[in-house]
Amino acid sequence: MRAGGSWAEAIRQGLIWGGVAVFLAMVGMVDTFAERQIVAGVISLGLLLLVLTALVMGYQVARRAGGRAAMVLLRGALAGALAGALVAALVWVASVVNLRAMFVSATPRLFALLSFGRGPAGTHLILLGWALGGLVGAAATLLGKAVRGPLFAGLAWVLVVGLFQEVVQLQLARTRAGSAIQMLLFSTEGLLPRGALIIFVLAAGGSAFLRWRRPASRRWREALPPSRQRAFRALAVTLVILLVLLVPVAAGPFLSQVLVLAGIFALLGLGLNVVVGFAGLLDLGYVAFFAIGAYTMALLTSTGQHGIAGMSFWAAIPVTMVASLIAGVILGIPVLRIRGDYLAIVTLGFGEIIRLLVLSDALRPWLGGSQGVLSIPKPAIGGFEFRGPEQLFYIVVAGCLLVIFVATRLRDSRLGRAWMAVREDEDVAEAMGINLVNVKLLAFAIGAAFGGLSGAVFAVMIGSVFPHSFQLLISINVLALIIVGGMGSIPGVVVGSLFLVGLPELFREFAEYRFMVYGAALVVMMQLRPEGLLPVAIVRRELHVAEEPVGPPLPAEPVEVRPASDG
Amino acid sequence: MSRVWFQRVSIVDLYLWAFRLVVLFVLIYGTVGTVRAARYGPDVWMDLLVFGLSQGSIYALIALGYTMVYGILRMINFAHSEVFMSGAYVAYYVAAAFGRSGYLDRNPLVSLLVVLAVAMATSSTVALLVERIAYRPLRGAPRLVPLITAIGASFFLQYTFRGFFGSGFQAYPEAAILRGKWVIAGIPVLRTQLVVIVASVLMLLVLYLFVMRTKTGTAMRAVSEDREAAALMGIDVDRIIATTFGVGGAMAGAAGLLYALVFKQVHFFMGFIPGIKAFTAAVLGGIGNIPGAMLGGVFLGLFESVGPILVLDGLGIVAPYQLRDVIAFTMLVMVLIFRPSGILGERLAAKKA
Repeated sequence: MRAGGSWAEAIRQGLIWGGVAVFLAMVGMVDTFAERQIVAGVISLGLLLLVLTALVMGYQVARRAGGRAAMVLLRGALAGALAGALVAALVWVASVVNLRAMFVSATPRLFALLSFGRGPAGTHLILLGWALGGLVGAAATLLGKAVRGPLFAGLAWVLVVGLFQEVVQLQLARTRAGSAIQMLLFSTEGLLPRGALIIFVLAAGGSAFLRWRRPASRRWREALPPSRQRAFRALAVTLVILLVLLVPVAAGPFLSQVLVLAGIFALLGLGLNVVVGFAGLLDLGYVAFFAIGAYTMALLTSTGQHGIAGMSFWAAIPVTMVASLIAGVILGIPVLRIRGDYLAIVTLGFGEIIRLLVLSDALRPWLGGSQGVLSIPKPAIGGFEFRGPEQLFYIVVAGCLLVIFVATRLRDSRLGRAWMAVREDEDVAEAMGINLVNVKLLAFAIGAAFGGLSGAVFAVMIGSVFPHSFQLLISINVLALIIVGGMGSIPGVVVGSLFLVGLPELFREFAEYRFMVYGAALVVMMQLRPEGLLPVAIVRRELHVAEEPVGPPLPAEPVEVRPASDG
Repeated sequence: MSRVWFQRVSIVDLYLWAFRLVVLFVLIYGTVGTVRAARYGPDVWMDLLVFGLSQGSIYALIALGYTMVYGILRMINFAHSEVFMSGAYVAYYVAAAFGRSGYLDRNPLVSLLVVLAVAMATSSTVALLVERIAYRPLRGAPRLVPLITAIGASFFLQYTFRGFFGSGFQAYPEAAILRGKWVIAGIPVLRTQLVVIVASVLMLLVLYLFVMRTKTGTAMRAVSEDREAAALMGIDVDRIIATTFGVGGAMAGAAGLLYALVFKQVHFFMGFIPGIKAFTAAVLGGIGNIPGAMLGGVFLGLFESVGPILVLDGLGIVAPYQLRDVIAFTMLVMVLIFRPSGILGERLAAKKA
């Protein structure tokens, strides 16, 4: 790369990231997050956000502009100074004009934070601070992998513990040994510097240790005969399942509640994944099936005035799923011949129509209008009642496992391959003899049934259903978690729902910016990694598996061969 | 043997025909019921018509952005509803400043024009930014990719505005001159509505002339006809696409201000419903077709204003006005399912053939 080009790149990056910093400040993230101390008295999340911006900028500059070490550092510093200049300009404008009249988050505290408490007089400090951030970020690229890995791991763990310290403390306080650790790491103000140091050392050390030992352990595992390897894997799976079963006991009601919610969204995501990920039909009205499931469950089981059958949860579940399935077919048939963008809009229209109908006074005698349907009883087996989140957790996990099993089997079936063919190219798929009507309707119907199941569990969890729970935002949320996890990837959906639904619940300040971040995530993902985060990890793991076989090759899975014609 | 004629008519066709018949029946039954009951006098219908016309002309202005972008890029710019919102929102601050200083009442024409210019400039800028940052890197990507990007951009913009300006409703100041009614040809018409209709018609006219008569407009039409050929003819395609976004955005900004004049408030979520309706209007008129978008907007505005009372009241439905959006969405769904080429799209296609 030419020298001039890389300096220009540094300037460009500096201006872009300076703009990002100004944006983060004005949109209110810095100010809102300033209330959350990561390390008590040392750094707040708001400040950390700015520091991270500077570091990422430096890193980007170094990666994109390249060059010799001294040049890299210098460019990082230059970009940092430029970004700092933008921030300083903002501080200066704020001192002259009353920005607060327009921007709700342009508080004095924000500008104090941006300018180290000095206002416009702190310009040199701002420039210096940002230049330093850019420099450090650029310097990170110069470190070897063996140093960078543990360093990042240590910092990341401190960040995670600091971010979720309420939950961490809540969990620690549940046991005696935990309380002792809590005393060591935290004070009433939050994570102590001492605690942060301990966590950093432990995490960095652990990371370094793993880096050192992992190849050896893998070699050891690979040296085992295939039957032992399989036993090993089975053991790991059993262990994981046992751990999952113990989660509510260990986690307590709050975390269980969060996990139940994440599980409900995972169910939704698994259903939408069939429609969007497998069959490539972009459905923006998926919340309709969630609503249909929830309302069916509510009407069938409610003991209140809108209940019609007084069924038990277990009897109502199959009915709910069948009802959603039928709804999927009914709404699916008209849109069979619509493709791509139009399909997205039509389904969005369906979703809104259903919500508005449920909300309207016209259907109030049956569906309760905006007051919703109340008093849905909790499910029970024998004498055991699934009272709270700790018990409902098991229902959600069972539902997820069932749906994951069905979805995996479907994906690997003839139907699944037909879906993928339709996703890749509808016309070619049809020419190859795939019955588009059946295949697409099955995708809609099965996706709808999963969504209905999710809605049913949701209704039981809340104990009542209201039309306001079924906004378009749910559809967008589910879509976002599928896209971020990786379209068509089942583990991607589960992890996506844990991150995109679970984390915002734990981190309430973030909730306000949740959809902004989701939107940005969709835009960025589509540009950088349209296939999502997890498929990449899977592909990587699969590549390693491909390297693994040492002894005799594993017997191949029997492949079922059927004649191509459908009879 | 008996399966032969059965196979010709598929279940899907039967279902769709049944769907059509049901909708038609509901339409006719409801209308007849309302007309026979004769509960509303002519003045009510007139009010509804004028309201529908003013709504429709706003939809038409927004629909232009959808239709022009679709014509060129074959993508639904989902973020267009936020482009519309952004203009109305930022212009609010100017309007509020004028309102506080009393300038709005002293010199309403100048101040409204300034507010209009701010709205158009803001929306245009937002549209250009979205195009540059989100859409341009995706030229040539599979179709689902820009669509998901557009959805992401839309939500990003909504919540950005929420972060900037707060989540509450802001009450738009009202110019004294726009209060009350004017009587035109014996019909009393709300002043705002008249202003909205006149302003939209002017704007639509200017846009039509711009697209049809200027060099840039010709280039835009050329790019939407065939992008490669246009590039070979020396047209800077990227610049034309950006111009399209800019012009569409400016129209949406104007629509945003007019919408705010009618409803007298702004909110970060205000773009969603008008955006979807304007998209419906664009499809209704035949997407990619500029006069079609205007026609579709007016038609949709009239229908959703008159429809609830005309159809639903006759069915004996409680509070039909709540179902106004249901009517618009049903229309959207019906049009997309049964006539995705729209009203004018078909005729143009037939003319070409």
